[in-house]
Amino acid sequence: MDVLINILAMTVPFSVALLLASIGEMFNQRAGVFNLGCEGIMAIGAFVGMLIPFLVGRGGAVPLYYNFVGIILAALLGALLGLFFGLVCVTFRAPQGIAGIGLQMFGVGTAGTLFRHFVGGTQSIPGLPTMPIPALSKIPVLGEIFFSHNIMVYLAFIFVPISCYILFRTPWGLKVRAVGTYPRAADTMGINVNRTRYEALMVGGALAGIAGAYLSICQAKMFSDELIAGRGFIAVALVYFGHWHPVKIMLGALLFSLAQTIQYNVQGLGLSLPYEFFVMLPYLVVIIVLSLTSKNQTMSPASLGKPFNREIRA
Amino acid sequence: MNKQFRLIYSIVIVLLAIIATFLLSSVILLVLGANIPKTFYTILISPLTKMGHISEVLIRAIPLCIIALGVSVAYRSGIINIGAEGQMAMGILAFTAVALACPNVPKPILLPFALLMAALGGALWGFIPGILKAKLQVSELLSTVMLNYIAAQFYSFCLRVVMLDPAEKVNGSGTPQSMRLTSNIELGRITGRLHYGIVIAIVLAVFVYLLMWKTSYGYKMRASGSQSRAAKYGGINVSSYLAVAMIISGAFAGLAGGVEIAGVHRRAIEGVTNNYGFSAVVVALFGGLHPLGIIPASFFFALIIYGSTLAPRAVNVPANIVQVMQGLIIIVIVTTQMILSNKYLEDRVYRKVKHIFEKEAK
Repeated sequence: MDVLINILAMTVPFSVALLLASIGEMFNQRAGVFNLGCEGIMAIGAFVGMLIPFLVGRGGAVPLYYNFVGIILAALLGALLGLFFGLVCVTFRAPQGIAGIGLQMFGVGTAGTLFRHFVGGTQSIPGLPTMPIPALSKIPVLGEIFFSHNIMVYLAFIFVPISCYILFRTPWGLKVRAVGTYPRAADTMGINVNRTRYEALMVGGALAGIAGAYLSICQAKMFSDELIAGRGFIAVALVYFGHWHPVKIMLGALLFSLAQTIQYNVQGLGLSLPYEFFVMLPYLVVIIVLSLTSKNQTMSPASLGKPFNREIRA
Repeated sequence: MNKQFRLIYSIVIVLLAIIATFLLSSVILLVLGANIPKTFYTILISPLTKMGHISEVLIRAIPLCIIALGVSVAYRSGIINIGAEGQMAMGILAFTAVALACPNVPKPILLPFALLMAALGGALWGFIPGILKAKLQVSELLSTVMLNYIAAQFYSFCLRVVMLDPAEKVNGSGTPQSMRLTSNIELGRITGRLHYGIVIAIVLAVFVYLLMWKTSYGYKMRASGSQSRAAKYGGINVSSYLAVAMIISGAFAGLAGGVEIAGVHRRAIEGVTNNYGFSAVVVALFGGLHPLGIIPASFFFALIIYGSTLAPRAVNVPANIVQVMQGLIIIVIVTTQMILSNKYLEDRVYRKVKHIFEKEAK
């Protein structure tokens, strides 16, 4: 029973990076842009996020708010990269898949380069402390699983209904869905398609940046080249799995990080199977899930991946 | 609009693209506080100044060229293969397994057989995303990346457990590597470390040219890639050609792995794949997806890959800078292609230029 609670209590904070990045990617795709550069944006976010508290404290204790400075800076840089991706894929209408691979290489490369220059080797930072919610964390079982984490975990899960509200209940959300479904109709109604796509890319980039910073500041409490380890790509896969809906994406992120946590725990039990097979398990799960949910693609935003050109009749 | 204007227009756009790449990479170098001209000199020019350096560049160009040829076949057929990293790893494992299993078979039989198995290993790893795309429409971008991670884990498992050097178990330095392979599986060397893999690469380039442009098979593959709906109406089974293209692409990557072991390392060690799989995507695009372009492109990218390994000592810039440059080059290439194919933009620029000239004439 204790093991089970332990696993579930780890699952919740582990899912946050995937959740944030995936909701960001959902905004991109809802607006019709397939951003495969998510991984690269996360890498830069993770590096910048840990850089601020590291430079201030040099591995020692730092005032708490510097962590948030790191997270905010990661969000800003992520938004900037989203803007850059918009320039390439919205304004110049470059093919999104291959441009995304370029952005991913650029992001991962830049984070690695700057990391070696400014930090050097593996350096840990104190990170954010856990902040149990006063009364709720005392509830047996549930308290430990849901209410004994750092503040970013609560914020991320509060963001799920907020993103639902933004997407389905605000004019901006309607615009985003319109330009991703039928940009020509949206254009006729006076919506600036490219501008809306830029905005969605900035939101998505910022969320990917925060997701990266969460990994380095709150989860690993350090940065390394292998920190992101394909989570950006998994986040993209989760969007398919989650039918482009925040709540389903949240469930997907929880399910996936449950698989990951089980992998860690089983590894610790000392089974005879070599550890590499446990490490590859999550990636295998993604491929299987993608294959099983391939029919979902009919539910995708109709103009996903298609650049919009006002001057040409479709 | 005359021909002369078109030519100048394309040249200007390409020049602007090159300048943009340099400027964008300079931003990163600026953040590092590096000496920018000296860094570019170290990466782009200094490897060409010594014979020893040039042969090192050529060694890196061989796997890049082979993999990029495969990537271009896939790309032309409408599927983007970014899983060459994993396919190469599987090729290396297959090659090493053959070499370890039959150390006493004569070289003329063993070496071709081992290379064939390497190609098969890669082909198998390319077949999975190919068939998933053809049958279930699973995005190859995601499935190949996931297969890369799986292959990397499997690779390190094989090196650590199954193929581990017996001497390593005794001395116990803990390096995961196979034992040194017997000499009957080595690919001969021309000078220094440069091996005959370069001949294999050029032969394969000719093969890809003949396959894609001189056979009906290649024509059908290109047709499925450029206009899949038209191809379907023309009676081409598009999805099966997708799977075949991925198998060919994977086979090339696997073969590159085998050649790399036979020619350079002569044992399976960590880090052989060296990001070649991703770099080859850049090479293929940069070479215009044509063998004639891929050969010089692979040399150029081998140059910056090798040059970047000189950068940490010469100008104190981490070698990861090469990845930054490759990412930027991909983005710039696809953007440039879109700008060049945009006839409306060209027309607008033409009219503006004409307008300015007429004004000056008055």
